Amino acid sequence: MKQQENIFRQLSETQQQSLYSFDNEHDACGVGIVMTLTGEKSHDIVEKGMQVLENMVHRGAESADKVTGDGAGILVQIPHEFILLQGIAVPEEGRYGTGLIFLPKEEKKRALCLQVVREVVASTGLTLIALRDLPVNSDCLGEIALSNEPHIVQVFLTGSGSREELERKLYLTRKKIERTMLQSGLGEDREFYIVSLSTRQMIYKGMLSSHQLRSYFPDLSHPHFTSRVAMVHSRFSTNTFPTWDLAQPFRMVAHNGEINTIRGNRQWMQSRESVLSSPHFPEIEQLYPVIQAGMSDSASFDNALEFLVMTGKSLPHAMAMMVPESFNDKNPISDGLKAFYEYHSMLMEPWDGPATLLFSDGRYAGGMLDRNGLRPARYTITHDGMLILASETGTLEIEGTNIKERGRLKPGKMMMVDTHTGHIYRDQELKEELASAYPYRQWLDSNCLRLEEIASGRKVNNEVVNRELLLKAFGYSTEDLEMLIKPMAMEGKEPVSSMGNDATPAAFSDKPQRLFNYFRQQFAQVTNPPIDPIREELVMSLTGYIGAIHQNLLQEIPELSPIVRIKSPILTNTQIDILNNLRYKGFSAAAIPMLFKAEEGHEGLHRALDTLCRSVEQAVDEGKHFIVLSDRGVDESHAPIPSLLATSAVHLYLVERRKRMQIDIVVESAEPREVMHFALLFGFGANAVNPYLVFAELAQQVKTGSLQLDFDTAKKNYIQAINKGLLKVLSKMGNSTLRSYRGAHIFEALGISASLLDRYFRGISSKIGGIGLEEVAQEVLQPHREAFFQEMNEPFRLVNTGQYAYRVEGEYHAWNPETVARLQIATRTGNYALFKEYTRLVNEKEKPAFIRDMLEYKKVPIDISEVEPVEKIMKRFCTGAMSYGSISREAHEALAITMNIIGGRSNTGEGGEDPARFLPQEDGLSRRSAIKQIASGRFGVTTEYLVNADELQIKIAQGAKPGEGGQLPGYKVDQIIAKTRHSIPGISLISPPPHHDIYSIEDLAQLIFDLRNVNPQAVISVKLVSESGVGTIAAGVAKAKADLIVISGAEGGTGASPSSSIKHAGLPLEIGLAETQQTLVINNLRGMVTLQTDGQLKTGHDIVVAAMLGAEEYGFATSALIVLGCVMMRKCHLNTCPVGVATQDVELRKRFVGRYEYLVNYFRFLAEDVREQLAEMGFRSLDEIVGRADLLQRKHYPDHPKSEKIDLSRIIFFPREASHNAIRKVGGRHQLPEEITDRRLLAEALPAIEFSKPLGIKSKIHNTDRTTGALLSGEIARRYGHEGLPDHTLSVWFEGSAGQSFGAFLVKGVTFYLHGDTNDYLGKGLSGGQIVVTPPRGSTLKAEENIICGNTTLYGATSGAVYINGVAGERFCVRNSGALAVVDGAGDHCCEYMTGGCVVVLGRVGRNFAAGMSGGVAYVLDLEGNFDYHCNMEMVELSLVEELSDIRELKEMIERHHQYTNSDYAGRILAEWNFYQEKFIKVTPIEYKKVLQERKIAELERKIAVVERDY
Amino acid sequence: MTTGRKVAGYRPVSERIYDQAEVEQTLNREDRREQASRCMDCGIPFCHWACPLGNKMPEWQDHIYKGEWKKGVEVLHETNNFPEFTGRVCPAPCEKSCVLALHEAPVTIRENEASVTEVAFAEGMIKALPPKQRTGKRVAVIGSGPAGLAAAQQLNRKGHSVTVYERDKSPGGLLRYGIPNFKLSKKVIDRRLALLREEGIAFVTGTEIGKDIPGKEIMEQYDAVCLAVGAGKPRDITPKGRDLKGIHFAMEYLSQQIRHLQGETAANEERINAAGKHVLVIGGGDTGSDCVGTAIRQGALNVTQIEIMPQPPMGHNPVTPWPNPYPQVLKTSSSHEEGCQRRWQINTLAFHGDGGMVKEVDVEEIRWEKDANNRFTMVSSGKTETIRAELVLLALGFVHPVQEGLLNELGVAYDVRGNVSVGKDHASSVARVFATGDAMMGASLVVKAIASGRKVAEDIHRMLQKSDKI
Repeated sequence: MKQQENIFRQLSETQQQSLYSFDNEHDACGVGIVMTLTGEKSHDIVEKGMQVLENMVHRGAESADKVTGDGAGILVQIPHEFILLQGIAVPEEGRYGTGLIFLPKEEKKRALCLQVVREVVASTGLTLIALRDLPVNSDCLGEIALSNEPHIVQVFLTGSGSREELERKLYLTRKKIERTMLQSGLGEDREFYIVSLSTRQMIYKGMLSSHQLRSYFPDLSHPHFTSRVAMVHSRFSTNTFPTWDLAQPFRMVAHNGEINTIRGNRQWMQSRESVLSSPHFPEIEQLYPVIQAGMSDSASFDNALEFLVMTGKSLPHAMAMMVPESFNDKNPISDGLKAFYEYHSMLMEPWDGPATLLFSDGRYAGGMLDRNGLRPARYTITHDGMLILASETGTLEIEGTNIKERGRLKPGKMMMVDTHTGHIYRDQELKEELASAYPYRQWLDSNCLRLEEIASGRKVNNEVVNRELLLKAFGYSTEDLEMLIKPMAMEGKEPVSSMGNDATPAAFSDKPQRLFNYFRQQFAQVTNPPIDPIREELVMSLTGYIGAIHQNLLQEIPELSPIVRIKSPILTNTQIDILNNLRYKGFSAAAIPMLFKAEEGHEGLHRALDTLCRSVEQAVDEGKHFIVLSDRGVDESHAPIPSLLATSAVHLYLVERRKRMQIDIVVESAEPREVMHFALLFGFGANAVNPYLVFAELAQQVKTGSLQLDFDTAKKNYIQAINKGLLKVLSKMGNSTLRSYRGAHIFEALGISASLLDRYFRGISSKIGGIGLEEVAQEVLQPHREAFFQEMNEPFRLVNTGQYAYRVEGEYHAWNPETVARLQIATRTGNYALFKEYTRLVNEKEKPAFIRDMLEYKKVPIDISEVEPVEKIMKRFCTGAMSYGSISREAHEALAITMNIIGGRSNTGEGGEDPARFLPQEDGLSRRSAIKQIASGRFGVTTEYLVNADELQIKIAQGAKPGEGGQLPGYKVDQIIAKTRHSIPGISLISPPPHHDIYSIEDLAQLIFDLRNVNPQAVISVKLVSESGVGTIAAGVAKAKADLIVISGAEGGTGASPSSSIKHAGLPLEIGLAETQQTLVINNLRGMVTLQTDGQLKTGHDIVVAAMLGAEEYGFATSALIVLGCVMMRKCHLNTCPVGVATQDVELRKRFVGRYEYLVNYFRFLAEDVREQLAEMGFRSLDEIVGRADLLQRKHYPDHPKSEKIDLSRIIFFPREASHNAIRKVGGRHQLPEEITDRRLLAEALPAIEFSKPLGIKSKIHNTDRTTGALLSGEIARRYGHEGLPDHTLSVWFEGSAGQSFGAFLVKGVTFYLHGDTNDYLGKGLSGGQIVVTPPRGSTLKAEENIICGNTTLYGATSGAVYINGVAGERFCVRNSGALAVVDGAGDHCCEYMTGGCVVVLGRVGRNFAAGMSGGVAYVLDLEGNFDYHCNMEMVELSLVEELSDIRELKEMIERHHQYTNSDYAGRILAEWNFYQEKFIKVTPIEYKKVLQERKIAELERKIAVVERDY
Repeated sequence: MTTGRKVAGYRPVSERIYDQAEVEQTLNREDRREQASRCMDCGIPFCHWACPLGNKMPEWQDHIYKGEWKKGVEVLHETNNFPEFTGRVCPAPCEKSCVLALHEAPVTIRENEASVTEVAFAEGMIKALPPKQRTGKRVAVIGSGPAGLAAAQQLNRKGHSVTVYERDKSPGGLLRYGIPNFKLSKKVIDRRLALLREEGIAFVTGTEIGKDIPGKEIMEQYDAVCLAVGAGKPRDITPKGRDLKGIHFAMEYLSQQIRHLQGETAANEERINAAGKHVLVIGGGDTGSDCVGTAIRQGALNVTQIEIMPQPPMGHNPVTPWPNPYPQVLKTSSSHEEGCQRRWQINTLAFHGDGGMVKEVDVEEIRWEKDANNRFTMVSSGKTETIRAELVLLALGFVHPVQEGLLNELGVAYDVRGNVSVGKDHASSVARVFATGDAMMGASLVVKAIASGRKVAEDIHRMLQKSDKI
């Protein structure tokens, strides 16, 4: 084979020129561990491990060549006997270490690498006994894996000392080798990697699929290859680069999920290195860097864990430290344990993320979940002494009689086995031992002060003398005061706005901008879930500490330095005064001015930053506990250093010098005013912020009566608003605590030069270049000058910069009176000439407002008659997802009719669709939306809805508010909206931030599979929002077998969203689209998917630019609404739309003047405009230019120097892979696999379906049988609609462990009975069907104590019933809106977001019951009398079951449960009904109660009205 | 939207035609706040865009709604020097573009503006703001119409010493001598002038530059000269009999009446009086309408107003759809309500007289048709008739500023239409000479004049600053 150019060299070159970045890679996976409880080694365990892996093959993914897996591996104990059998003369077990090493294929290089190994081994005093060329079977590999297959050797080392000492030496040796490789440059090509090196355990892994592992490594099949533990992992990566070393398990960990605080964790770990010491490693610096560079989040986690364990922490201790469970009041754990966590929270920030972590040190092995528990982990213990813990249940088939216990890991909980003794350590045992090891509480009490408890007699002045000057100098706009600060002080929450962001981004704006404005928030999509900070508040925390932890986290010592705990990171003036004057145990601060000399300009700024960093370092060296960076003192000669710049510069400087752990940073600044500003300061390293100018302004407004509150309330409200906003920002990224968000850099820059970023914001990459320090200084100095050197006689006045609403003198808005008017008039009158005036206004702006305004193409005109007709072009048009509910019926239907006329597709949005619209009207028009959206609330998502679609779109995020949920308040939910959404009028409908069935990429694959089953004819699309890394996510989505990916620009609109989300989250479509195109082409995945884009597209020029950047289809929402009459009031959230577009108000809807004809005009004009552009470029069809970024060139605006700073070369990068890889979609859509159970089921059930005749079927089922019943249900719904079949027409009896989504979308008339257990998503979207689950035949399990059903049951169910004889996992009945359910017990967040239906729980429930529950009722048997503690009482009321109708309802449900499941437990309850009835608690949502009462009154009134009276 | 549009309305015809006082009434403050609350604070405030001054309607109307009258007037004053003028006489392009004009009546923006300003005056909230420091620069503003006054106030506030020259007896230009008292009470102008004087602006009236004082002298005395002389040359027609007595330019008529009411007319001056006469107003615009109202107040027997263009549609005109700030729709003024016959597509053919006095006017109905070049041309119908008229008023608009005298003396260049030609910075072809208002743009609205005055002030200020540095 030809020696290929090293793929990673090539990759790094590509990364510099394109938007593609390898760092963005995400993975998600299936994990499992099989352990013996007998203490005996056996080959059976290894074999079982591999079976577990093979039965989770659907959780991994394969690459473009369809053979290469993303990675698979197994961790086993050292197979001593097997090694001896290979003829290798190793000493007795435990006296030697071994492990695999990946080496370069090329011999010369390999020799060099081995040379390094030998040298380092010798230097650490170990002896190399042998090297074994590992036998592998390369024939089974796919092309991609083969291209980078390493040469694998097994190394054997021995040395003196105890086993522990040897183990540490091996660790040290490995770290030293890694370091040497790094320094010698040999590591650059990523061809050398030590898989593991230990006396206890070893790992076999590679870029393999689950099935290939066994055949690639023949060792594993040897009967003498034995172990007591087998930990396996199969990987689903978003990329396809051959990365053998990123396969898992790592040295101690196999991880499913994501560590989304990883950037911060890595940085903090680095800063910690200077203060660590360990008696085990006198030269601890030889282990540095602790975190190996260029690896995945899981690998970094593994590095840190290994380090903690090697330096002396026990495995559970290290795990609990890194992944603490939440320990606030809502969490039922002991005070000692809380103290343990609190103590450790000062030492280390959480490694946050949705994670199942399996771990092993060779003897002890186990698993744990992070605090949110979003990944599944199910275990089975057998009577014959085995414990299987895996992402799914049923990965090994186990006889019912052999099952001793079935359970799940709970959020934040751990489980561990000593494989030598077989002892199972449960969470409580492990944690109580940790908690009682030291008197943590006592240590805390004597050293940790709580800021809110410290009182001070000092009087603090909240006013500042030169408030007006400062407001001006810090660039406050009247909008800041009127639209942000004031509403926050009044309401205590962030203001809400609507529609998209059409204002010029800071990067191009001619008006001076605060540095904050050049950053955008990142957010979670697909690879990890955002969190709901309101309904799931119990995991969130803003608590932090101020004060230095001088000491070494490797040792537990009582002598802590004094430290102050702060509950809110926004400090009031009083609090900062207290901190500054606290003299407790020598607590001291250094105040450091954050100013520079105005006259010295940007050079002065540069110098000031240097001085600032040095004085901070000096403060560290002087032993100060914290510093205050302050811009108090701005005057005519002193300008403020941008607070963000100063904070980040200082933070990074200290991290680099390993001094950040010794000191904390408090920022005292006039600059921050809105949520985004604070989020940035914390994200770049600040511990606390005091916004003194905002407080001064509040004081002034209170004084003048413009705020009719007292100052303390105004201040409290403002801080509360900021804090709530902060929680939202963190949770958007899936982060739970501010401590792990701090310094985590979860932002990206838009319009900042690489040099500035590298210097002061290292780690943030620059996509489009932009301003440098000089411009930063200019933008600070201009307002400074205007304030202090304002013209004589000029009265004080703040300007309105028009960020939020158009102002003549303000920022340019793409939608302005001229564009709106021209577009409306042109489309109304059907006047193409006028439309061209509109496009001229949009395309030929004086200054750029979008990236596309800076892109043009060469003109090589051809005659327009040669270009494809408008009809072909219009097929590529879609309208945006706007629900009926967010817009009026008139507007919604006009969109659908238009798209059906022109052959495009309209999108129903999240909110269902009236079935009457599925059929064409008499006049031939059709109101059916071709695209049916599936969003996180699953409103109206019934089987019937799904089968009536040409495209099913999974909405992961929305441009205006990525990572956030939504809420339709009850007053907007009228009869008709409630009907289409399958909910109850008057009840609030909450869409959670995440899809509760998508926490990672393999979950998305599962949902796609579900939908394809229900409607095999539909195209499945996934809607993402542009951000850095979206290309990588899109690659994962392509591998998850989506047919179409939508990349939405962050500018897109919304019906309601916090202003800061509209402005500050996500990126323009151009960046995301280009990154996606480049990534897909480079990975050869582009041919598999169609790309669509949207985000303020307006003209033919916009469309052809999007096409050249890679989009085949184009979405329009705002412009379409404008054509229908929208005038950008931005009042959608108030229901007061004056033109009847975005309102449900009957009177206002009468003012709707839009007509579908106008829209048809619009799309025809657009297509015509596209034709003209194509003709000018010399192309005959859009297809010819899709992905042709090489045709684009930069357009210049010399009069706007700032825009000239922008560098678009990475946007228009044309990958060299484009010469042989597809650059647009080729071939058809994905098909449902042939070999699924449902096809057989459907064939057997056809008679029952066709003739509605009762039929029974029996079937075995395995965890690999997923989405059972959906194909069948889709078929029934297609024929009979939502009505389905008569009750009990079709009954299917299954035996075994069902795969995910068992009974998903099951329709009326079908009943599934299952003996066994099930995985996640049971009864997802249930549409009338019935499911009964009972324990396996022959099992002796007590159903009410064992888990039988996974997480997220009945998600989005609209009707039907389930009876579960056993315990269910987390989120039972989440967002259920009509199904009935009886279960023996349930996990956390039961009944979350429920809007209807009835749930009966006959046993214990977890935390946060009924969070966000607005409708339906639940009955819980509360034998222990502590239910109220577990219930989230915000929206519900608890009562005893006393009303006769309730008692009847409850009893009937239990009777049915008993009848279907034959549950002993239910039998007992019924037998002693009087006793048990009193123990039930009824949970009723307050809103629901109100609706029910109103209904009752209406019913009474109706009765009264019909009473015949005798007058 | 639960509150309807409510206009204050006019005093009854039967009452108002017998006096000279303003015809428009005012709402009480509570009602006014309610009217202001109708403003929806649009995401795109079309009103603000439509306003030549860029008045920030959403902001100051919110202040009115909250009862913060002082803040309201302050926000107004940020963009508009004289809201009490525009609040009375502006055709209110803002209201034409108001989002509420789409479906129902727009916010009563103009009245709200007048109201908040009147409240502010009444409560003493509007005070003179003399500059804290003087720059020592001197600027002459020639002409005291809205453009000149706005320029003067802006320049004065920058600290320059400003002298305003006015050839008439009192300052105000067309505000004073063009707009009848029943639309704009002269007290309103005097009230503002007093403030301007208090701020330190000098007024030299009854002095025509270029005649009483040579332009050269002014050029020597001042660092900059701002021409705000208006577009005083009226458009004329010349049918047979044009030289008969009793045919007057509208402005001649209107200004004499105003001077008369102010006691400024000379004893020997010949009065143009409509009393007891049949009056014909030629020209269907605002000036014509002012002539109608004035003639009625003088006691005309009857008044006819003719216009050569077709009658515009009522309400909506699809040719000038929303949000066009200047839709071509039929405007009916308070004067029209007071009794007048309006006719369209009428061309004047000849005036006939008796003893040198006009008695009758021959007119003809005409049509407008598109010619080969797609341009509208007038087509005669042959239908002629004779209208009795002892007083004929020509309200046909203005062509350009009067060039004779000062302008020619200074030697400024003119544009194709005969207006003073200026660059982007309002500078004329002569150094240190600037032009503003109608003098440079042709006859236009008060609101545009104020806007132009503000802009020229900025340009002059910039020039003066620059000259300082040299």
